[in-house]
Parts: sequence; C-alpha cells; structure tokens
Amino acid sequence: MWQWFHKLGSPRWFYQISGKFLPWLAVACVVLIATGVVWGLAFAPQDARQGNSFRIIYIHVPASFLALAGYYVMAAAGAVGMIWKMKLADMVMVAAAPLGAALTFIALFTGAVWGKPTWGTYWIWDARITSMLVLLFLYIGIIALSRSFSTRETSARACAILALVGTVNIPIIYKSVDWWYTLHQPATIKLSGAPSMHPDMFKPLLVMILGFYCFYALVLLLNTRTEILLRERRTTWVKELAEGK
Amino acid sequence: MSSQPLLEFQALTFERDDWPLFSDLSGAIKAGEILQITGPNGCGKSTLLHILATIEPLNIGTLRWLGEDIAKCRQQYLADVAFIGHQAGLKSALSPRENLQWLSKLHPLSRCTSAAALARIGLAGFEDVPCYTLSAGQLRRAALATLCMTQARLWLLDEPLTALDVQGIADLEALLLAHVENGGAVVLSSHQPLANPAVRTLALDAMAEAAL
Amino acid sequence: MTTLSGAFFGVIHRDLSIAMRHRGDLLNPLFFFLIVVTLVPLGISPEPARLAAMAPGMIWISALLATLLALDNLFQADFADGSLVQMMLSPQPLWLLVLAKIIAHWLVSGLPVVLFAPLLGLMLSLPQAGFLPLLLGLVLGTAVFSLIGAVGAALTVALHKGSVLLSLVVMPLYVPVLIFGSSAVQRAVDGMSYGGVLAILAAVSAFTLLVAPFAAAGALKVGING
Repeated sequence: MWQWFHKLGSPRWFYQISGKFLPWLAVACVVLIATGVVWGLAFAPQDARQGNSFRIIYIHVPASFLALAGYYVMAAAGAVGMIWKMKLADMVMVAAAPLGAALTFIALFTGAVWGKPTWGTYWIWDARITSMLVLLFLYIGIIALSRSFSTRETSARACAILALVGTVNIPIIYKSVDWWYTLHQPATIKLSGAPSMHPDMFKPLLVMILGFYCFYALVLLLNTRTEILLRERRTTWVKELAEGK
Repeated sequence: MSSQPLLEFQALTFERDDWPLFSDLSGAIKAGEILQITGPNGCGKSTLLHILATIEPLNIGTLRWLGEDIAKCRQQYLADVAFIGHQAGLKSALSPRENLQWLSKLHPLSRCTSAAALARIGLAGFEDVPCYTLSAGQLRRAALATLCMTQARLWLLDEPLTALDVQGIADLEALLLAHVENGGAVVLSSHQPLANPAVRTLALDAMAEAAL
Repeated sequence: MTTLSGAFFGVIHRDLSIAMRHRGDLLNPLFFFLIVVTLVPLGISPEPARLAAMAPGMIWISALLATLLALDNLFQADFADGSLVQMMLSPQPLWLLVLAKIIAHWLVSGLPVVLFAPLLGLMLSLPQAGFLPLLLGLVLGTAVFSLIGAVGAALTVALHKGSVLLSLVVMPLYVPVLIFGSSAVQRAVDGMSYGGVLAILAAVSAFTLLVAPFAAAGALKVGING
C-alpha cells in the first residue's frame, strides 16, 4: 500500500501511467457528451412550462455539480500535498483551480442565460446562484494567491491552506446563503428518492453528468501533465521526452 | 567537553524552483567552534542560515541537534538557539530596553539584565530612546545585545558585521570568543574575515560550482 | 526560562504599546468607517425611512471594510523589521503568539469600530431596537473578521502589493458573518427575536477562535518564505 502510494507520488510514474489512460478517457468523454447532447437536445421531451429553454440544464447542472466537487478535489489534493509533502498532489491542486473556476463560471453563465426566458431577467439573487458566485470568488482568491508567490512550492502550500480554510467555510457559507434566501426552488435532483423530473428528461441529464465527470478527469489529467513537465523540465526524463526518445 | 557535535547537517540540498542553490552539503558544529559561511551574494548564505534556524523548510537532507532529528526536538532546539537575521527584530517605536524586555519573553535571555547588556555593547545612555532615533550601527548593536543576555548555546548570525564600526566589530569578536570559550558555538555568514583564529570557514561558492 | 503566559502577554503588551505610540494610525480606520457611512445618504437619499431600511447592512458592510483596511498591518510591520521571525523562533507555540497578536489587533482596530457603530446608527436613522443587536453582533463579527483575516494576512505577509490580494482572499470568507450580523439587526428592527441569529454568530465566532490561530500559524510558516 505505502509503496503504491509513494509510486503514485512520483511525477514521472504518474506521467507515464496517465498517458495510457488518456485515450480511453477521451473516448469515454466524447461518446458520453455526444450522446447526452444529441439525446438531450433532440429527443428529450419539451418542458411543459419552460418549453425548449429548459434544455440548458444539460450543461448547467453538470457544471454546477463539478464546480463544487472541483473545490473539494482541489482542497483534498492540497491537504495530501501538505501532509505527506507529495509534489504530485501539489501539481494536481494547481491544475484543479482554474478548471474549477471555469466550470463555476460556466454554471453561472448558463444560469443567467436560462434565467432570461424563465424569470425574465439575467440575474436574480437566488440562493444557489449567489452561493455559486461566492464559490467563484473563492476560486479567484486561490488563483490570485497562487500567482503571486515567487516559488511554486510556497505557492502550493499557501493555496492548500487557503483551500482548506475555504473548505471548512463552504458549508457555513452555503447554509447562511440558503437561510438568507429561503425562497429558492427545491433541489430538483435528490440522491435518495425518485427524481422529480420526467425520466425521459432525466436520463440524458445523467449521461451528461457522467460525461462531464469524464471531461473533468480528462482536463485535470492534461493540466496536471503540463504542470509536471513544467516543474520537472530540468530532469533528464523530461529532456529525453522532449527529444522524442 | 563532549565530542558530540551540537548541530549536524547532512546532505542538505536546496533548490528554488529547480534552481540548485547548494546540494549535498554536510557538516557539523561542535561546542567551542565558530563556523563562518562565506561566498558571493546570492550563493545561499542566508538561506543556509534560515534552514539551520528552521525558518526555511528543509527540502532534502537532515538536521540533527545533539544527535536527534530536529523535526522531533524542535522546541528544545529553539530554546537553545539565538538567531539574528538581516532585520534585527527591533520595533522602531520602542526603546532598546523595551525591545529587549519583550524579546526576553520569547527567548531565554536571562544571563544579565538588559541595562547591563546594553552597557556592554556600547549603548549606555541610549536605553530609553526610541529605536528610530538610533543609527544603523547602533541598531545593530542593540540587536547584538541579545547575545549578551541569551543562554542559547548555538548562535546563528546572518551578516552580523554589517553597519558596525571598528570598535563594534572588536566588541562582537570579543563576545563570540567569550561564548565559544564557555562551550557555545557560532555559525555566522560574512564576507569579511574575522580576527578570531578559531574560525572554520565553509565556502558556499565552491559548493555551488561543484554542484553545477 | 520563558513561560507561556509571559510570552502571550508580552506580545499583547508590546503590540498595545506600539499602537499607543502611533495613535494617529488608530483613528484612520474609524474615519474611513465614518466617511463610507456619510457617502450613503449622499449617494442614495437623505430620506430617513430609506436610510433606516439600509442602515443594518450599510453599517455592517462599512465595518467589514474598515477592519479589512487595518488587517494589512497585522503581520506586515513585524515581518519587515524581523520581529516576526523572532516570534517564530520562540520555543513557545506559535499559534499562541499569533492569537496574542490577533487579540491586540482586535483591541485597537475592531473594538473602536464597534464602539463607533452606534453613532453611525444615529446618522443612518437606525431604529432604536436595532442598536443592541448591532453592538453585540459587531463584537462577535469583528472578532471573526480579525481571526479569519489573520490567516489571509499571514499568507500574504511577504508579498508586495499584498493588500488587494488580501481583500480578495478574505472577503468571500466573511459572507456568513455579514449575513448573520446584519440580519440580526434587521430582525430586531422588524420586531422579531434576534437571539437565535446572534447565537449562531456566537457559535461561528467560537469555532473560528478554535481553528483560526492554528491556521494562521501554519500560514505564517509558509507565508514568510514568499
């Protein structure tokens, strides 16, 4: 177990192993997202009240899921990097921050586009939208902090601490914003119990969520691999790689 | 005097973003020794002192205090170390006496009173003026006054000669000599050679060249 | 030998005496607080009813900004003159010294803001019922601002132009306190009970008090090598 753990911590080993997974992940990602998009946009039934505009949830919901999950991925990687001094975890954390911020932005943007036909306005201070906005600020804080240190090691440590403080804070922020705005829609997808959506609408959404998870994993891997090459550029294995040996 | 070194460092490697400052640096400081780190600007003298003081985290290598890994005995180690960096740690709004008083709440500075220490280092009469009225050399002396008071065995001094006049340097050398004769040890960085014959030097530039 | 309490009170005493010698600096966040609140009627409307409706939120937001302004100085000066390193090299636990610094900092920056708030409540026609929850909430809230802010200040201590970054990093974390604090006042003004909200705020402060000094101490160890 420990040996495996330490092997995983070696950037070189990770780079080689992840290279083997990449094509499969890319295929899964393309297949799932293509299926989900075609199914959701062309075949899923129209919503009784919202018409076709509801179809933006096929982007909005998966992006919102991953926006929050991405923060926890980042914080967990930061914690592992801090506790076990694992360089690779630091690199994953650095790679996860902009990706999570981008997904948060997509969730907010699609939410606004969806809001115009549904509520008649691009922006309302709904609890979930507001929480998402605060989450975006948390991401921006981390990205800004990571860019201002002169050494990568210090930068990774600092961001890990901030991400952990943020993680402790997120439930409090979400609860307080919920409380602040008690008039929001009830959550549409519950983990327990039957979904309140029509199954024909729900199935493509599930495919899209899976597809987005694959997409997240794919981009996180690619970002991490770039970060590995950047940090290890002085080592012989990266030089050999660059020379195409 | 026991032959066990106070502080040992083994295979210290320090790189800042993959740029090696020094690598595979080993050595030991015994009681009664003065180790002078020399080398050109930017060769890592301050960084090495910061690593020895545990301010800068250790990337690769081990530090041992009295034979024990410093990660396990950091509290005891810190209680036996006096560090003076480029910035002396004096608040300019406070007087030298007040500065020494609060520093003595943090560090074991109980060998003599702050007034006696200030007198010994040549600051008699300046005990109660705010530090911002003192000159650079006088500030340096005020910082060195902590050395008269400390009970720490190991002194880590980063460029202690900066801004000192001839008399100040002589005073400091006398302090260092008295300390090592009492069984203490000193690691200091400086460009200038010290008059003390017991000084051993560690040249960092040679190390860096060897590493590249 | 040094003692825990000696080091703790030594740091508080030192920071308070330094603050007393720079009394002018103490007033700056207060004037900032006053000016921001003065801008509200100028920018919106001098009509008492409209001001009263905005008063709880505006006072809280201005208090937040005023404490944020003072946060910069929490560790930066000590870092610049080397005394921060001396604290970190003390055999006494760093979180305790950090807590001492935070307490001293709150006494000279948070507490004056709290004491100043009723005056601003008058200026913004805050109804009578709102004053007590405003005071109680601000006591708890500014303490949390100082505690969480200490983590951000520690992370950015060695960075040039760290102050904008500090605000960016810290402000999203202030959201719950702002929500609970200003709504406690609002509820009191609306004639509802506010005890429960203040209790939540107290719980948040207690939790922050437990966690923040450790986080800030860890952050300092990282931050000084920036």
